Amino acid sequence: MGTTASQLGKDLLSEYQELTFLTKQEILLAHKRFTELLTKDEKELQNTRVPTERILTLPELKSNPFRKRICHVFSTSEQKDGSLTFEDFLDLLSAFSDSATLEIKSHYAFRIFDFDDDGTLDRGDLEKLVNCLTGETDETRLTRDEMRQLIDNILEESDIDKDGTVNLSEFQHVISRSPDFVSSFKIVL
Amino acid sequence: MEEEEEERNTKKKKKHGSAKREREEREEDGGKRTVKEKAREGRRRKHKRVETSSEPETSEEDELKEETEESDVRPESLTPEELEMLKEAVEEKKKLVQGLRGKPWPMKKKLVTLRESQEFVEKYEGALGKGKGRKLYAYKVMMSKKWMKFQRDFENFKTACIPWEMKIKEIESHFGSSVASYFIFLRWMYGINMILFCLTFGLVMVPEALMGRPYGTIPRKTVPRAEAPSAMDFAVLWDFGGYAQYSVLFYGYYNNQRAIGWLKFRMPLSYFLVGVGTVAYSYMVVIRTMARNANESGVGDDNSFNFSWKIFTSWDYLIGNPETADNKFASITTSFKEAILEEQESRKDDNIHLTRFLRVLANFLVLCCLAGSGYLIYFVVRRSQKFALEGLETHTWWERNEVNMVMSLLGMFCPMLFDVISALENYHPRVALQWQLGRIFALFLGNLYTFIIALMDEINLKREEEKIIKFNITTWEASLYNATGSENSTAPPVTFHPADVPRGPCWETMVGQEFVRLIISDTMTTYITLLIGDFLRAVLVRFLNYCWCWDLEAGFPSYSEFDVSGNVLGLIFNQGMIWMGAFYAPCLPALNVLRLHVSMYLQCWAVMCCNVPQERVFKASGSNNFYMAMLLVILFLSTLPAIYTIVTIPPSFDCGPFSGKKRMFDVIQETLESDFPAWFSKVFSYASNPGLVLPFILLMVLAIYYLQSTSKSYKEANVDLKKKLQTQNEENKRKNKLAALKAQTDLEEARAATQTAERPKNNNASPQRQHAEEEEDLGSSQRKNGRPPPSVRHQDGRPPATRAPVPRTLHPETHRSLGYLPGGGFPQQREPRMHRVPSLQRH
Repeated sequence: MGTTASQLGKDLLSEYQELTFLTKQEILLAHKRFTELLTKDEKELQNTRVPTERILTLPELKSNPFRKRICHVFSTSEQKDGSLTFEDFLDLLSAFSDSATLEIKSHYAFRIFDFDDDGTLDRGDLEKLVNCLTGETDETRLTRDEMRQLIDNILEESDIDKDGTVNLSEFQHVISRSPDFVSSFKIVL
Repeated sequence: MEEEEEERNTKKKKKHGSAKREREEREEDGGKRTVKEKAREGRRRKHKRVETSSEPETSEEDELKEETEESDVRPESLTPEELEMLKEAVEEKKKLVQGLRGKPWPMKKKLVTLRESQEFVEKYEGALGKGKGRKLYAYKVMMSKKWMKFQRDFENFKTACIPWEMKIKEIESHFGSSVASYFIFLRWMYGINMILFCLTFGLVMVPEALMGRPYGTIPRKTVPRAEAPSAMDFAVLWDFGGYAQYSVLFYGYYNNQRAIGWLKFRMPLSYFLVGVGTVAYSYMVVIRTMARNANESGVGDDNSFNFSWKIFTSWDYLIGNPETADNKFASITTSFKEAILEEQESRKDDNIHLTRFLRVLANFLVLCCLAGSGYLIYFVVRRSQKFALEGLETHTWWERNEVNMVMSLLGMFCPMLFDVISALENYHPRVALQWQLGRIFALFLGNLYTFIIALMDEINLKREEEKIIKFNITTWEASLYNATGSENSTAPPVTFHPADVPRGPCWETMVGQEFVRLIISDTMTTYITLLIGDFLRAVLVRFLNYCWCWDLEAGFPSYSEFDVSGNVLGLIFNQGMIWMGAFYAPCLPALNVLRLHVSMYLQCWAVMCCNVPQERVFKASGSNNFYMAMLLVILFLSTLPAIYTIVTIPPSFDCGPFSGKKRMFDVIQETLESDFPAWFSKVFSYASNPGLVLPFILLMVLAIYYLQSTSKSYKEANVDLKKKLQTQNEENKRKNKLAALKAQTDLEEARAATQTAERPKNNNASPQRQHAEEEEDLGSSQRKNGRPPPSVRHQDGRPPATRAPVPRTLHPETHRSLGYLPGGGFPQQREPRMHRVPSLQRH
């Protein structure tokens, strides 16, 4: 598998097309952008992992508040350091592409929002999520009371089985009715 | 049955802990049956997993194993039954391959699965047919593969063909989806105009230019003698007079010859049908797009997940610009705060009277503005008619272009005025935006209609003029006839050069010219405001900032924002004018295509180089159909006057394709009579008989009424069902939870009981079993993601105690059974799956 070698194999390319929601041009573009992230001697190697810091220099991810989570979720690294191979990178782009299904988008969205990786969104996760959305500065941050109220409201709406957390099916239930989700859960190179 | 039995066994075991060992023995004896049963259970479970994809690891590995096992079997020695099974397996694999991209697995796993499955399919697909059938099958498979590849290539090709995709994506990633939505709208508009352009260009302009009589052969195709000296002047051409006026660009140039050229092209008919087709096509496209949008948003406006949507879907992942991101953070925070506030105190307005008064005042002011602008336009148009009667040459440039300039300026400054006024009202920003849009819409519409009314006056004037001229011409012709008639024996008939023939004013060309001028001046103002308002401002702010007393970039002038709604409205109105004028000036779609093309590049450039992201970042999808609805209204309102003129006003007597007819639509009648067989026109005349048409219309109205009422009732039923589902869901979950709780306590009791009872007897089994039990629990909790029905969960809670030790003891046997039955289709299908039992527990 000469994935990160200078040229993608023809078979591999068609396999990638089969396995992702990307078109040929998009895959080639992704490959180009990915190789740009590699240092010179890394280009020689196969299946190089690009560390998170370098992935996050991509302008498409730079200002995303969930960038670390995104890398983490799509990384197949053993050390859980959020580093990505080219195939992980393709997975990422496929999930965020125009034609990906709602199901797969919501699945990954759930995993991105699940900050402690325990399979449900509990109050801690939701709090972190809200903090991500309101930005880092103090003036935009919500007060403790507001946060509590907000999370109470969210759980009131979407926690159908009333166990204090939002699980994947509840999450998908909520998301599938949202008019905006599919159009905004997109990253294009 | 077996399951039930097992269940009963479990219960029994729980009650009498001592009976357990006995049962285990029995299980070991009856071995195979239970294993099979277990394998099936495992398979069922595995299917569930693949569906919910909550646990890709194990299923993947199972897949692999199955693969290796099954490839041992040679296809030649298969009975039909086995073949059937194999076929099923192949189909399953194919389905797996197709659904692979929709699975949230890492790429490596997907790749491996894909390769394995493809290998499997390739290996067995050939074996499935026999003799002739086999070849055909192989051929079919090959063709389907080729077809797939072709389809994929075609998809790639199609996406590569979409124009400006990269440009729009760049903007999208810079400014978020709302600004990009404007450009997507622009592109869509461009597509429509392209088709309209093709229609008019291919079916009207080109045939007339190629096959019609050439320029200068008849009066309508010649510049009159009086205008000839200045006909090539740039000022005249820029005004679409002179040679431009007497060309295919305008209605008046077309001849009323019924069929032209060697193709016998029916020119007047084609002209009429293209006019109708333009409108019909536009209606179709707009309505279809609206329906599709409505479908997509679907149940969009139910408010039950207000907060969850805000938190889960408010981030626009396309934003790739720190500044936009900051704005987005701020807007999300305010929206959170607003939502919380609204929730806390639902509607506590302290000074409602003042607000009301201010709102009424604001609306009054806006109405004054609208009336004022309407009057101004009317006044200006009337004045320009006066000027036109006096002759254009005596007036300044301003006086000649007054109408268009005034309209453009009003369109530019009134929205700003509305913006100031709307500050009085103190609405929620979203509501304020809609009011603002509504007002601008009203302004544009008012202006357009005043313009049309003024134009109607002018048409009437021209028709008066035409009558006089017509009378003059008859006398002129009569005198000519008399003059020639007296001496026709000697001199040849006097032929006049077509430029000298007196002619009518041709109101249709006048209307077309007005619209073309309007479009041109509108385009110019748009570009100039873009250059001055955006580019010059950005340049000044950037470079004066070095030597200024306050920070220009952050402070007062700052950079301009990209005004999505204003731009969309501008586009919509521009399109409205095109629809209105296209019948009288076939060049309008072409002009518009040009304009949109330039707009695309210019605006893309302007946005990227001199605009800053909006302070309030709205998302695109919410207002999509709002704009579409506006477009539809404009389409309707702009076709109304065009159709009115076509139907009620008789065409000019000496210009245009319909000259000499009473009404323009008489072309149809004429064609029916002369080009179709007699029976056809008879049928048509029967069909257009009011006695038939009226019932038909009545029937359609009834059908509409019926469909509407059924859709209403469906909607109601939908809402009811939704409610029911919700309550049912909550109830179910509650019940489920109770049951699970109960089961857990039961299990704990049982475990405690068995442990105390077993410890002396069996030291080995119990820790192992406990371990297995824990794993089972884990599995079931993970599967909870996939929303299992209550009964499954219930079962899962219990059986592990009995199941755990079995696979270890029976494992060798499964292997042996495989060895004994090499080609057995049915067992072959099953036995590899047995391996899932151990693998399930290993994870």
